[in-house]
Order: sequence, then structure tokens, then C-alpha cells
Amino acid sequence: MMLNLFHLTVLSFISSLKEETLPVAEFVNKSVKWITEKFSWFFDPIKNDFGDKLEDFADMLAEIPPSIVIVLVVLIAFFITGKKFGLATFSLVGLLFIYNQQLWEELMLTFTLVLVASLISVIVGIPVGILMSKSNLAENIIKPILDFMQTMPAFVYLIPAVAFFGIGMVPGVFASFIFATPPVVRFTNLGIRQVSKELVEASDAFGTTGSQKLFKVELPMAKTTIMAGVNQTVMLSLSMVVIASMIGAPGLGREVLSALQRANAGTGFVAGLGIVILAIIIDRITQNLNKESA
Amino acid sequence: MPVIKVNNLSKIFGKKTKEAQKLLDEGLKKEEILEKTGCTVGVNRASFEVEEGEVFVIMGLSGSGKSTLVRLLNRLIEPTEGDVEIDNENLAKMNKDDLRKVRREKMSMVFQKFALFPFKTVLENTEFGLEVQGINKEERSKKAKEALELVGLGSFIEQYPSQLSGGMQQRVGLARALANDPEVLLMDEAFSALDPLIRKDMQDELLDLQEKMQKTIIFITHDLDEALRIGDRIALMKDGSIVQIGSPEEILINPANDYVEKFVEDVDRSKVLTAENIMKRPETVDIDKHGPRVALERIREQGLSSIYVVDRSRNLKGYVTADDVSDAKKQEKKDLKEILRTDMPTVEKDTSIQEIFDIIHDASVPVAVVEDGKLRGIIVRGAVIAALANGNEVNGDDA
Ligand SMILES: Nc1ncnc2c1ncn2[C@@H]1O[C@H](COP(=O)(O)OP(=O)(O)OP(=O)(O)O)[C@@H](O)[C@H]1O
Ligand SMILES: [Mg+2]
Repeated sequence: MMLNLFHLTVLSFISSLKEETLPVAEFVNKSVKWITEKFSWFFDPIKNDFGDKLEDFADMLAEIPPSIVIVLVVLIAFFITGKKFGLATFSLVGLLFIYNQQLWEELMLTFTLVLVASLISVIVGIPVGILMSKSNLAENIIKPILDFMQTMPAFVYLIPAVAFFGIGMVPGVFASFIFATPPVVRFTNLGIRQVSKELVEASDAFGTTGSQKLFKVELPMAKTTIMAGVNQTVMLSLSMVVIASMIGAPGLGREVLSALQRANAGTGFVAGLGIVILAIIIDRITQNLNKESA
Repeated sequence: MPVIKVNNLSKIFGKKTKEAQKLLDEGLKKEEILEKTGCTVGVNRASFEVEEGEVFVIMGLSGSGKSTLVRLLNRLIEPTEGDVEIDNENLAKMNKDDLRKVRREKMSMVFQKFALFPFKTVLENTEFGLEVQGINKEERSKKAKEALELVGLGSFIEQYPSQLSGGMQQRVGLARALANDPEVLLMDEAFSALDPLIRKDMQDELLDLQEKMQKTIIFITHDLDEALRIGDRIALMKDGSIVQIGSPEEILINPANDYVEKFVEDVDRSKVLTAENIMKRPETVDIDKHGPRVALERIREQGLSSIYVVDRSRNLKGYVTADDVSDAKKQEKKDLKEILRTDMPTVEKDTSIQEIFDIIHDASVPVAVVEDGKLRGIIVRGAVIAALANGNEVNGDDA
């Protein structure tokens, strides 16, 4: 009897929950609107000036004769892998293929986006990671934020990005920054916390200041781990740059998107292949950057 | 003058340290305190002084608080209570900047697992303390090279730690600590990670270095043999407290309590006791003053079969046997020189009993203990055997 009554109450409570939806979505909408309006003094210059700069940079890259770029990349690939021919050959063939497919300009745009987005991620991410490693409080606050940033579907960032920065390259960089920064933060934190207790003690015992300890012991010790984080960040920002084509970010991603809209499997495949080639070259080069320093 | 004075120094790990210290002072045991308060006693009211140039060994079983104590000395661990004075400055109450200065200039530490920086070369590792002080490249490289020469690694400066053996790595650790020219060296189980043979080499080397440098060394070990070999004084720890401080002999011969005695029991005494501990006062005759007649008299008096011969300043000249002496007397010879024999076994004061045992086996006369050519004592076979069998019955007579 009692149990039955209890059961009923719970049921009616649960069904009543549906009657009125918590206005979370509304709240977010309002917030985004509010932020967009109040901070337009901040967003607008970024939208315009920074956007122009990005395009200038991409144009500049595109103006360098492709032959020079290809030779340069091949040389870097050759030396960074310890004078092996594998990656160098792959880069040569891959880049020539992209050139042949009339996608060179798109490649330069995509590269610009990845470069700028991951640079910003790394420049912001490493100091945040250091802060996190030095303070348990900071770690406890930042960790859930990182989880949120990483698990929220990437498309969701596109919406406020457009609100803040309009369409084009800048919102692409913004969305990519949010999506791709967590790994470098996490790995920096992890790398520093992993430095053995004896080494930290040795540093302290010789009378290092906080910053001496950081720069002379902790960062060099954590370097390999941090570089692994950088590599992941670069890869994520590349994948985000493709998604960002949906909000008008130019480059290889846009080719894929327009192929999709026209159901053209062939051009979609070719542009997709271009992204794969770029990804492999960037990935191997950043990985070897790591090995070399280890 | 003491370089380090430790007074009433305590470290309790955990939250309720006040309560734990109170219970501890009421005489509760370490385990009881852990149960009641959740606090671990690291060090309990330790007090001692370390003299300049002394090798002060802190010894105890695992978990007895040795590492905690040594880290309290340079405040890698914050004390719960008590004072640490170095050159009459209280380290425990010092501000961060002063503390850093002390760590840079007065104390260096050598670690059990070496704690070398793997991304730095041997030279760069050794320079670390100087680099931290902001000393210019040229000077610090000069000082670091000197320190590396001192530990015999002068030709390995461009190697990385991973390219060196354990013993060599710890030499780098030692050089890094010495490069600063500190007053005090803190060594936490510095040789424990090395295999026994290399460990002994390192102990010898440390003693050699110490002869040259005369640093104040605080050396942690859980190994009594090591403590006895290198310590001028030894402090024994149990459950965070110091239970006895004394010279190696004092610790061995008069253990303060059962705990110390147990600790001491399984040491091979023959490694520790030396000629000095078991020699006795020698009967002698003076080669310049005495002839066969006096010699014979003394031999008869003491019931000996031979007697050692010295000169006026106790320089050992040789020995004469009872038979030779009585013959010489019959032939009315005046001088002992004619019958002097010089094939006696001799040892130094610090020769170990084990070595003496091997020598005395084949000897027909007692072993002579000499120091700079002067006779200091003699050792008879019985004393060696007694000492090997049971250290308590050593003959402590002085020469
Ligand atoms: N950071 C810490 N937090 C809590 N308890 C600690 C901490 N460090 C040491 N202890 C405890 O303090 C006691 C003394 O430890 P300590 O490391 O000083 O012993 P030790 O004599 O150096 O032992 P070992 O020979 O194993 O190195 C132990 O009971 C240990 O568990
Ligand atoms: Mg220890």
C-alpha cells in the first residue's frame, strides 16, 4: 500500500517534469546575443583586421611558386626524419598530386588556417597547462572545462563562432581553437606532473627559484610529452578546419563540402585525399620534431 | 665548533599534527598515533650537533625517518616543530630568499637514485648548482671540471648520464654537489643503489676525498657496515627518534638498548675491529741501554719466549728469542745487536682483524703494531681469536 503510493508520487513527479522545459537553450541564445552585442568592440576588429591578415598571409603563401614550396617541404621531410627518403618521397608525390588537381590555392588556405589555429592553441595551451600543473585548485577547475570542450560535438561551436565573427576564416580559427586546445593543455600538465620527485628535489636542493625550476628542469623533462600534445592539437585543428568550411572557411574542406552538396563523389574524393596528404605530412613532421629533441 | 645544530626537530605527516605531537610526547607509539590520529611520525624530537669536518652518519631501518630527517636539514620538508641551525642561522624560520641562499651556497645534496638530469651532459649536470647561482659560463665550467677531475670523471664531460654506469653516475652526483664548494654535504643513501663492490670503492673514494676536502658530511644509510666504515659518529634512529649517538666503537661495544644491540648483532665484527682494538702493551728492551742480561731477566719474569727490541724513541728494531739471549749471556756478549732478528710480522693500527688473523697464523712471535716505525703494541693469537668469536671480550689495553 505504502509502496504503491510512493510509486505513484514518483511517477506523477516525473511526468510533471516534462510540462515545463528548463530554458537552457533560451539562456544560451540570450547569452550569445548579449555577448555579441556587448563585446562587438572586441569581436569586430578581430573579425575584420585579423581576417584580412589571414587572407593576406594565405595569398602570400599562394604566391610563392609551388616548386619552391615543394622543394622546401621535401627537404624538411628528408632532414627531419634523419635523412631517410620515405617521408620525402611521399611529400613530393603528394604535393605534386595536389598541384596537378588544381587544389594548390586551397591547400595554402587550409595550411594557413591550421598553422594559425594551432599556433594560438599552443601559445594559450602551454601556459594554461603549466598553471594546472602547479595548482591542484586550477587543475580541478580546468579539467572539467577541457572535458566539456572536447566532448561537445564540434559543430556546436560553429554557431556562436558565426555570431561573434561572422563567416570566413576567423570563426574557423575560433572553433578550431576551442576544439583543439585541450590536448596540449592536458599533456603539458601531465608532463610536468610526471617529472620525478627526485629531480624536483634535486632542483630545489640546489636553490632554484620557481621559474628556474620550470625552465631548467620541468619543461625540458616534460618536452616529449608536451610535443605529443602539440601533435594532437595540430591534428585536431586540421580536422576542425574541414568542419569549419560549413561556416565559410575556405580551403580543401570547402571543396569537400561543395562536392557533397552536388553529390560529386569524384571531386569529393580528390579534395579529401588532399586533406589526407596534408595531414600525414604535418603529422610525421611534428612527430619527428619530437623524436629529434628527445 | 658545530656547523649544524638540530634542536627538538619534529616532522609529523598528516592533518592533526598538534594532537599527534602531544600523544607522542605522552609516550604513545608510532603505530598507535597512526591509528588514533591518522598521522605518520616522520621524525620525533631529534637533537644533535655536527662538528665541522665531521662525517656524521644517520642510520636506521627502512621507515625509521632518515630521509625525512635529512630533508628537514635543508627544508625540502617543512618541520612541524623545532630548529635547524647552520652557522648559527635558524633555517627552520628563515624566509624563502635566505633559504635559497643557504641551499645555493652552504649545502648540497647527493641522492640515492642519483637524480641527474637526463637531458644534460655530465658537465652541464655538474654545472647545475653554479648555473642556478647565475655564475658565468666560463667560470662554472672551470669549477665543474675541477669537481669532475676530483671524482675521476675528467674525460667523460660530454657524455650523457644514460651512457654511464651506476657508479659513474653517482660520481657525477657527487661532483655536482661538490662543484658549489658547499660547507655541508647531505647524502641520502647515496651508495645504496650501487652493487656491493662498487659501493665499497665509492666509500673508499669518499673517505679519500674527505681527507682532502674536510667537508661536513651528513650521510644516511641503512647499512651498519657502511656506517662503521665511514662514520666519525653514528646516530641510530628508530620510529623517528634518535636512540643513540656515538663513535662506531661506542655503538658496537656499548649498545644503548636492545634495539641497537639487535641492529649491531649481525655485523661481522672482524670487519670493524682493528689492530688497535685488540693490541696490548708490549714488553720491550732498549737496544741502546740493555744487554742480554736484562733481556733474559724480563723474558723469565713474564714467561715469554721472545721480546721486542726498540730504541730510545720506541722505534722498532727487531726481537730476540729466549734461547738466543741465554746463549749470548753464556758467551758473555754485551750487545743485543748480534742476536737481533728482524723477521717479525708487523701491522698498522687500523689493520682489520681478518687480515691479522691470516698473518698471525704463521707467526712464531706476537704481531707488532707499528705507527710510523714506532712500536705501539703487540697482538697475541688468543686476542684475535677471542675478538673473532665474541667482540665483547676484546682487550682494550692501550700501548
Ligand atoms: N610525504 C609523506 N607523507 C606521509 N608520510 C610520509 C611521507 N614521507 C615519509 N613518510 C613516512 O615517514 C616515515 C619515515 O619515512 P622516511 O622516508 O624518512 O624513512 P627512511 O628511514 O628514509 O626509510 P628508507 O630506508 O625506506 O628510505 C615512514 O613511516 C613514512 O611512511
Ligand atoms: Mg629513505
